Amino acid sequence: MATLKVPVTATDHIQGDIKAPVTLVEYGDYECPHCGHAYPIVKQVQKHFGKRLAFVFRNFPLTEIHLNAEVAAESAEFAAAQGKFWEMHDAIFENQEGLGLPLLLKLAGSLKLDATALRNALENRQYAPRVREDFLGGARSGVNGTPTFFINGRRHDGPFETEDLIEAIDERLTETKATV
Amino acid sequence: MSRVLAPGTSAPDFTLNVTPDQKLSLSELRGRPVILAFYPADWSPVCGDQMALYNEILPEFTKAGAEMVGISVDGVWCHDAFAKDRNLHFPLLSDFEPKGEVSKKYGAYRNGDGTCERALFVIDRKGIIFWSYLSPVAVNPGADGILQALQDMPR
Repeated sequence: MATLKVPVTATDHIQGDIKAPVTLVEYGDYECPHCGHAYPIVKQVQKHFGKRLAFVFRNFPLTEIHLNAEVAAESAEFAAAQGKFWEMHDAIFENQEGLGLPLLLKLAGSLKLDATALRNALENRQYAPRVREDFLGGARSGVNGTPTFFINGRRHDGPFETEDLIEAIDERLTETKATV
Repeated sequence: MSRVLAPGTSAPDFTLNVTPDQKLSLSELRGRPVILAFYPADWSPVCGDQMALYNEILPEFTKAGAEMVGISVDGVWCHDAFAKDRNLHFPLLSDFEPKGEVSKKYGAYRNGDGTCERALFVIDRKGIIFWSYLSPVAVNPGADGILQALQDMPR
């Protein structure tokens, strides 16, 4: 059973309360079409559970097969440093087909981020260590492709359509209640 | 499900094609930890399939001094095309003729399907299996077990 080896902390990108009864962690790649598919699904799952769910996104770029995955991840981390991680995360997934440096610079501009600063940060690989740290933590945790989800620290194997994730999370909620 | 060779067992030596005109023997890798990853088939239809994943994590395996080797019953030309498409930086061996012979020695062959299991072996510097794992065939086992084994292996 693969389990999350890197606990969720305040340094993570979190939507919702870190103390929520269920935490859903996604290891994702901005260029991966399956992650693009999962993007609206996660939104639906978040809507379904409301405050009972915290959602965390961590980077797992498959750079050998997705040429823009790394720059996209670093761009989102650049945005994060200015408090706009989720805006960038969403904007990238919503424009996934056109992913590349020009798009990332354009998205930065539309989020009122400094596109020149982004270009410099990418050139200097400023956010590469953060992305690598996410990646290695994922590798140690048994991430086996993208996206990989962990529900309260346990890897979710199998399909990840809305109803699959809701069902899996419901199960964990029931277990949590049973142990309290 | 088959039973894969257990830790403590001497890893059976083999010589298999790595390219159409090149062979690789396990014994050539003696002195370094070796990761043997048996997998059912090239071209699995998901992003970050098992081999693409190991390719991505390869720098970590290398840091531990280990050699990574993938094995399936696919032919050399198939492996060649697959490795190029996925930009793989480690060898894929063809357990093609006699089909599955090496996989069978490791207990990693699926008779009904005629493919390899998803089975992982980490072999120590002396050629002894240090860790092995058989994954349900539909589940990509990831790399956590391999990384842990490399970490736990005595220097």
